[in-house]
Amino acid sequence: MEAKGPESGTVAAAREREVVIEGRGLMKRFGEQVALRGVSFEAHRGELLAVIGPNGAGKTTLLSILAGIWRSDEGTVSRTPGEVGWIPQQAALYRRLTVQENLRLFAHLERVPDVGASVEEMLAQTALEERRADQVGALSGGNQQRINIAIGLLARPAVLLLDEPSAGLDPRQRERLWEFVIGLAGGGTTVIFSTHNIQEAERYGERLLVLADGERLFDGSPRELHETVAREAEGGAPGASAEDFEAAFVAFLHQRGH
Amino acid sequence: MRWLLLKDLQILRRSPLVTALLVVYPVAIAVLIGFALSRSPDEPRIAFLNEVPEEEQLNIGEQGEFDKVAAKEELCSRVECVDVSSRDEATAKVKDGEVLGALILPPDLLDKLQSLQTLNPEQPTVDVLVNEEDPVKGQIVDDRIQALVTEANLILSQQVSEQAGSYLDLLIGGGEFGLLGQSIEILGLERAGQILESIQAGLPKQDRIAVGQVVRFAQLARENLDLALPLLGAVAQPIEVEKEIVSGDSPSLDAFAIAVAATVTLMFVTVLLVAGSLALEREENAYPRLTRGLIGRTSLLAEKVVLGIVCSLVVTLVMLAGLELFLPLDWGRFPLWIPAIAVGGAGFAAFGAAIGGAAREVRASSLLAFMISLPIAFLSLVPSGTVSPTLFDVIEVAAALFPFAPALDAISGALDAAGPAIGLPLLHLAAITLAYGLLARLALRRFA
Repeated sequence: MEAKGPESGTVAAAREREVVIEGRGLMKRFGEQVALRGVSFEAHRGELLAVIGPNGAGKTTLLSILAGIWRSDEGTVSRTPGEVGWIPQQAALYRRLTVQENLRLFAHLERVPDVGASVEEMLAQTALEERRADQVGALSGGNQQRINIAIGLLARPAVLLLDEPSAGLDPRQRERLWEFVIGLAGGGTTVIFSTHNIQEAERYGERLLVLADGERLFDGSPRELHETVAREAEGGAPGASAEDFEAAFVAFLHQRGH
Repeated sequence: MRWLLLKDLQILRRSPLVTALLVVYPVAIAVLIGFALSRSPDEPRIAFLNEVPEEEQLNIGEQGEFDKVAAKEELCSRVECVDVSSRDEATAKVKDGEVLGALILPPDLLDKLQSLQTLNPEQPTVDVLVNEEDPVKGQIVDDRIQALVTEANLILSQQVSEQAGSYLDLLIGGGEFGLLGQSIEILGLERAGQILESIQAGLPKQDRIAVGQVVRFAQLARENLDLALPLLGAVAQPIEVEKEIVSGDSPSLDAFAIAVAATVTLMFVTVLLVAGSLALEREENAYPRLTRGLIGRTSLLAEKVVLGIVCSLVVTLVMLAGLELFLPLDWGRFPLWIPAIAVGGAGFAAFGAAIGGAAREVRASSLLAFMISLPIAFLSLVPSGTVSPTLFDVIEVAAALFPFAPALDAISGALDAAGPAIGLPLLHLAAITLAYGLLARLALRRFA
């Protein structure tokens, strides 16, 4: 079941931009378990799309299919593989290599034309120039995540997929991470991130894609989701209250059998 | 692949414990094997007590005195002799485990040996003390002393036979015989016959017939006693071994031991390194990032196999160089070492990749590598004849499915010209590399 409200100006503007990645009827099964049930969506250039939902909703599966790590059992994804950068939930880094060595290694593997320049650019973007010679294992979780993102950006992808990027970070590190991500989107990179933190999605996502048990329940702006949830709260959905958005969102999911 | 290989080598350099293990382990193996081979394994410590009075000598006819000093030197070249002065001291040393056993020559030994040349022979005996706390140790001492006594018996019987032969020669051909310091002229059957023949013609007919009978007897006796001489030699050493190799090309024991040490090192270093390195890609979460377009799964496996080959070559050559300090190696065969180690390394690397792909975690893969590799190495070293033929066939088939046995053959052949040809083992290893590479590739399907 899908709920949609009136489009906000930002979302409407984003939707006028070029579609850079699109999924149609994506299905994925792991044995008996169905992880995705015909999910469709599209994302536009420079858009910040949050994929939200409870644990086991299919967020990571969707992002992994978009990244090309897994193949969907049914459905299609329209994207150019080289144009999609993927940032896994846990930092995919070699802890015994230094920051610079990690960046250089992946720059070589990505066949970046000017490895040295790209590495310097990423070090500058992540503000880790002074820690370039430090082994990654010695860095904080937040700094590791910044390098993780920098590696995903080495090939200058048009779309960046972030799987729960703020998991395990303290509030200050989260703040700095989102500043960085918003800056990327401002530069024209489409950012699709997954999170189960509804406040974070509401705050940073221009558009929200709500998944539960592999189903798409909602696709729209945070305001639209607010309105939908509030409408249902006024309609007397048990546990829902327009003031407590998180509780209302849980009630929204519950109402739909999740 | 080049960048990943460099990355793995860099990670190794940054992992001092792993790198130290990779270097120290083969060097330690080399030193241990070197010490084991350079020190003769056939020299157990045996307490030796000679109670025979020093002035007593063993005379064997015209052979003269039995050389007691040479006999003891011979004994002590086979075992490490620890001289003791009394039975109590010998017993205490055996009890304390200071020596494996004790050999005691009783005071009447020479008298009894001497009696063997008389009409009233007595059985000579030696006393052996063994600590039977450890049945294996006891068996070793029993076997070693039994072998020495058997050899002493053989030497004595040869000397007695030779003495008996010289008496027969004297009886047949005549000559001088020393008795109680005096020389006695013995006529001999041959000359006696000749004398009788020369006087036979001048005798009356009746006497001529009688003398003719004596001449014929002397001739028959001479001919039959001639036959007795080789018979005495045969009695002295009734069974002689003639060895014929009908199967297998056996390298020298030292070369085989070095090949075993090199193969064990090659196995552990390569299997553990490759299994761990592949599992590490997953533990570092790098595997999905790498395989979503940066590098193919097959290329990733190939890189790990190349890593295994590079490290196995370095470590095994370091180990062989270490062994050179203890035992001379045939460096002229160096061009054969390289393919044997490299292809053996490839087999072990593919095996390690299959383990790493299946285990998916560094610790689990290390444990699995040990648990699988060790029994296979032991199985591959079981010689034929030690188990039932059916069981041996099963062991051979099982060993052929793993890289240890062909790698051992290849390295044995490469190290020693007397070892097996390396062509077939190399082909075997190539097939094993492909098979385990395929299994590893299948395991990677569920790796992420």
